[in-house]
Amino acid sequence: MTSSMRWRTLLVIVVVLLSAWKASYTFRFFSLSDDERAQMPAEELAAIENQSLRLGLDLQGGMHLVLEVDKEGLPEDEAHDAMDRALEVISNRIDQFGVSEPSIQQEGDNRIIVQLPGLQDEQRAKRLIGRTALLEFIPVEPPSGIDITFRSIDAALLRVMEEAGELPPEPEGDVQLSETEQIARERPFSSRSVYYSNLAMFPVEDVEWVDEQLARLDLNDVLPSKEGEPGVPRVRLGWGAEDWTLPDGQEYRALYVLEDEPIMTGSAVVSADVRPGLDADRPNSPGVSLRLTRQGGRIFAEHTADHVGDYVAMVLDGKVQSAPIIETRIPAGRPASITGSFTDEEARDLAIMLRAGKLPAPMRVIEERTVGPSLGRDSITLGIRAMLIGGVLVLLFMLVYYKAAGAVAVGALVANLLVIVALMAGLPVNPRPALTLPGLAGIILTIGMAVDANVLIFERVREELRNQKTIRAAIRDGYERAFMTIMDANVTTLIAAGVLLRFGTGPVKGFAVTLSLGILASMFTAIVATRVVFDLVTIRWNVKHLSI
Amino acid sequence: MEFLVGTQFNFLGHRRAAFILSVVLIVAGAISLFVQGGPKLGIDFDGGTLLQVQFERAIDAQDIRDALADVGMGDAEIQRFGGNREAIIRVAQAEEGIDLTGVILQALNEANPDNQAEVRREELVGPTVGRELRAKATNAILIALVLILAYISIRFEFKFAVGAVAALVHDVAITLGMFSLTGREISLPVIAAFLTIVGYSLNDTIVIYDRIRENRRKLYGRSFTDIVNTSLNESLSRTLVTSLTTLLVVLCIFLFGGEVIKDFAFALMVGVVVGTYSSLYVASPLVVEWQVHADARKRRRHRK
Repeated sequence: MTSSMRWRTLLVIVVVLLSAWKASYTFRFFSLSDDERAQMPAEELAAIENQSLRLGLDLQGGMHLVLEVDKEGLPEDEAHDAMDRALEVISNRIDQFGVSEPSIQQEGDNRIIVQLPGLQDEQRAKRLIGRTALLEFIPVEPPSGIDITFRSIDAALLRVMEEAGELPPEPEGDVQLSETEQIARERPFSSRSVYYSNLAMFPVEDVEWVDEQLARLDLNDVLPSKEGEPGVPRVRLGWGAEDWTLPDGQEYRALYVLEDEPIMTGSAVVSADVRPGLDADRPNSPGVSLRLTRQGGRIFAEHTADHVGDYVAMVLDGKVQSAPIIETRIPAGRPASITGSFTDEEARDLAIMLRAGKLPAPMRVIEERTVGPSLGRDSITLGIRAMLIGGVLVLLFMLVYYKAAGAVAVGALVANLLVIVALMAGLPVNPRPALTLPGLAGIILTIGMAVDANVLIFERVREELRNQKTIRAAIRDGYERAFMTIMDANVTTLIAAGVLLRFGTGPVKGFAVTLSLGILASMFTAIVATRVVFDLVTIRWNVKHLSI
Repeated sequence: MEFLVGTQFNFLGHRRAAFILSVVLIVAGAISLFVQGGPKLGIDFDGGTLLQVQFERAIDAQDIRDALADVGMGDAEIQRFGGNREAIIRVAQAEEGIDLTGVILQALNEANPDNQAEVRREELVGPTVGRELRAKATNAILIALVLILAYISIRFEFKFAVGAVAALVHDVAITLGMFSLTGREISLPVIAAFLTIVGYSLNDTIVIYDRIRENRRKLYGRSFTDIVNTSLNESLSRTLVTSLTTLLVVLCIFLFGGEVIKDFAFALMVGVVVGTYSSLYVASPLVVEWQVHADARKRRRHRK
């Protein structure tokens, strides 16, 4: 036995044993039942998991979200670090939401990819992640302010309607209009509203109409402007988040006329907690109690002292969540509260968002892929079954067609699978490559393609044997001649896999990973390892007849 | 056991017939593509929302359609998936901010209160992302083709590279046509399958080219046509054995791998069969045609 052969034998044994050892963690982790996992100490389970293959979201179940941050309209200095702050806020929110091993990454200069494995309630997660959650404390205009605002909306709307020819025709002759009809003609907007507890309200069925009309107006010019600054409104409008049932039995929604400048924003909130009984009218529904910063508390105390009897609105993303009347000065240090008809979950999510802070800019979900846990499990079961059936068929074929040599090739195939699993679990890249459903298919495909190298070699060896060469010479020449062919053929597949690796996302990338690892591993197992076996058999044990 | 050893099939003699078969297959696919106005793109490339829902009991596709029509989504595409309890619902719109899944689920459960639906998979691709993915996929295929062409040109003569690329364009064209004929959608994994077909088809072709190169030295003096035919016969056993093992496993993925991955497996399956055929009947015969014409031109010039 030559020394180069001894080294090669050793190398093959070491690689196969190392791979088998590394792969054993994966087999162990996935053969554990749920009960066994529950009983195992958490650190021990985590240790095995860290050493084993990571499953992609499509096999494990989970959610993949791509969010786009809308930086338009942000001042330059804010746009600059908007992404960093958005990443931080989203991380905070997800941390509090409680998902194991979330991944939050920036892509390009305005996208964020969020991956949440094993997620149960994807609708809730989406709501929680995507909302801006800008909280503002804003004084509500008293009825006098509402009157001024609504008058000027009426006037502007009349002009627009006249231009559009939408005004009802003048009554002919001496037909007398009733007073209501007269008002409806002169004040098309405010005539639809009613006052109740000093707030202007519209019937719920008119809400859509109101939004449509407001959209026709250039509100900057219509709304009362700041002193000396025409075109810069000093108020804005905001719907209430919930509806009121007024004494006439109808449902109404308040249209708040808010001052433009908030007293303070969510940045004055230190902590937010869910509490029941914050609203005396609804002792059972939960609300969110806000602890304010020292400065925020002082500002709030000053404001409330000056505005007893007025409303102050808590506006979340432009919607008035609640607008309590200031009954007395709220001393600094006392928590503020947001109430409403929340469910427990809504209150909890609101608290999470307020604690985590607001997003620096609005965000949109531009891509989403969610796989339920049951589908992921089904995919694994089916994939492994396909792999076993395919593997057994290939094994039978190789044994029948190439006899003992076929057994060697099958052995190489098993070693190949071990190396793939070990590399997937142990590659020092972050994040570890994940096994996806197409990735599983890539491994199965490798089973078919990896034997190709052996087929090429064996066919060559058979040819050399037919040319009356000795067994030793036939093996040597067969391997040598087949080698270049195998290289050429594998390089083209590697090129395709390499391109996929660069352009692919998620599952497709998983396919490229297993395909290229499978090909690379097969170069070792199907060429080097099988050669060692044949050399051992023919030189060491001096076998004279080759079963091929 | 051995088969197909020492065969003397006249592959090149049938090359005209094979060309006709290839053209027929490609034209059939092209007509189908033309009639349908291009390949049927999945939401990955077209944008939209896709839901895979499973019901407690069997349900009629019509019931699902009716329930969706009630909420103004009568144009949703409903597809059977696996057994009769599962269906894929595809809606063209992917409007951000609207909880489409919630709306659909509510509509289904209200219409069939005693047969509740569960969402097993949800995919939303916005129009911008769809356009980007389309551009990325096109780029990936072009880059792969250029790189492969370059590699083969370096390793073999240029005419071989042309033959190989013609063969793989042939394979992808036929697979694409088969997708159109069977009404399957092109999604991201299917593009991955196409690229794999490209790699696989070349793998087969190159093995034969290698043999041709070797035989040109060994069988010096024999006609080029003869050399190629011998090479095809000599590598026939390997070509078929490898195709067989690969086809076996791909067939297993197609039959037992589950619905989610069926189209992907279908592409691979067609690709393996067509790829094997093309390395025997397209790639090498084209090189022969090229050589025969070049030789004829050379002879004519000599005669003058």
